[in-house]
Amino acid sequence: MGFNYQNIRKDFPILDQQVNLRPWTYLDNAATSQRPIQVIEKIREFSVLTNANIHRGTHTHAIRTTEAYENAREIVKDFLHAKEREEVIFTHGTTESINLVAWSFCEKFLSEGDEIIVTEMEHHANIVPWQMACERHHATLKVIPFSDNGELKSELLTALISDRTRIIAVTHVSNTLGTVNPVKEIIRVAHSHNVPVLIDGAQSVPHISIDVQDLDCDFFVFSGHKIYGPTGIGVLYGKRAWLEAMPPFLGGGEMIERVTFEKTTYNELPYKFEAGTPHYVGAIGLGTAIQYILNLGLDHIASYEHHLLTEASEKMKALGNLQIFGETPSKTGVISFQLDQIHPFDLGTLLDQLGIAVRTGRLCADPVMDHYHVTAMTRASFAFYNTSEEIDRFIEALKRIRSMF
Amino acid sequence: MNIEEIQKEIISDFSVYEDWMDKYTYLIELGNELEPIDAAYKIDENLIRGCQSRVWLQQRLEGSLLFFDAESDALIVKGLVALLLKVFSGRSPQEILDTEPYFIDEIGLRQHLSPTRSNGLMAMVKQIKLYALAYKQIASQKK
Repeated sequence: MGFNYQNIRKDFPILDQQVNLRPWTYLDNAATSQRPIQVIEKIREFSVLTNANIHRGTHTHAIRTTEAYENAREIVKDFLHAKEREEVIFTHGTTESINLVAWSFCEKFLSEGDEIIVTEMEHHANIVPWQMACERHHATLKVIPFSDNGELKSELLTALISDRTRIIAVTHVSNTLGTVNPVKEIIRVAHSHNVPVLIDGAQSVPHISIDVQDLDCDFFVFSGHKIYGPTGIGVLYGKRAWLEAMPPFLGGGEMIERVTFEKTTYNELPYKFEAGTPHYVGAIGLGTAIQYILNLGLDHIASYEHHLLTEASEKMKALGNLQIFGETPSKTGVISFQLDQIHPFDLGTLLDQLGIAVRTGRLCADPVMDHYHVTAMTRASFAFYNTSEEIDRFIEALKRIRSMF
Repeated sequence: MNIEEIQKEIISDFSVYEDWMDKYTYLIELGNELEPIDAAYKIDENLIRGCQSRVWLQQRLEGSLLFFDAESDALIVKGLVALLLKVFSGRSPQEILDTEPYFIDEIGLRQHLSPTRSNGLMAMVKQIKLYALAYKQIASQKK
């Protein structure tokens, strides 16, 4: 494959440890990814040498911090292939990004009787903020369903869109099913009805190269910690025209131009949406994480992860009596499954005893659980630092646990 | 046996298992042996929700003693539920209130009763104590 794994593992010292006296096998990457030493070192170096609040000083450290923060914004802009840096807003994460749009966009553009469309496979973070907006504005939430194999029935979109549809929010990649949705086509259809689209990229940015101009999406959101960066930092990309038209989300410092008790005028983009002191150390870490994966090459990452996905899926299916939820041809390294009749909590607990970390539970996707009439799932998710050896360890563990029931 | 003796007995039962796998196999066995709760009681009002697994808890007072039936959809949790029932079911409200289930700690399964675990067990113990407190108050009002 395209890169040297031994060297890559060395970049992630956290992976080199034991859990319950066994080598730690981290297969919970869709929940959060590990940070390479380059990101950790960058944060350390910055924290040791530099600190001052950004945009607010004439002194040396304030200027250095501001430059580093704005440099991170440039890196994100290039990474997403956005047209302008003003279209890149730093937030605390995907959830805050979606809440920002769901509040500010809907405050301006959503009225009683209007409609918002989401999909049945969304993470709760891309359902609840829209539901809250619908309640505030007496609007209706509509849902694009998916088939049992995990494929979005995107052909139903045309029937769901009406002249009351104000926005469509769709996940690029399902956190439960791994399905890569045909977002470009969805955006094309939506735009033919003059409806803007928000893409939840939390699960896609670590695996798929993003070009927001080519996609022509109106909003794109993601989190730093799922792309080998720090927690507490995320991104909202929005087309300038929308961001200009939307009212600010949070009020406070940095987002203002001039404050009097009679009237406050707001700062220009992107600061209008960045009230308060931002998580600049997080933004700088995120910039370094993005540079790290760009150095590895997203194409190399994608093809290696696909290889891991195929290998794991085949070996899991060979065990027999194992159901995989989501089997579309186009999916990322996420395998949600049910083994025999073993409850996911039991399976997760016993896997942990064998040093293997997976996610169990409702995966922040109750509607997906309801679709398959299950109360929980077990999910293994892969990153480029995982190995075939780890997959074998996982398969052996499943066999051993099965024998206990 | 009193509550203290039961806890000691459980600790001694588990002391023969040195390997974690045998310990969990035994828990699974206990889970399988636990009488299923009457379907009529497997209702939302009796459900203690955890994100990971669900526990149903039903109580009844016989004379001055409080009895519990419980079940979980996860077998390991069900095994732990069986142990908690051994300790807490058929006791007076005062005995229940005076008892901390320290045996969980002693048998090396403390992580399952930590408040950060969302398997419903911690909430089950809390609920058992709340019932005990409620019955104790009702009893004292009658006097």
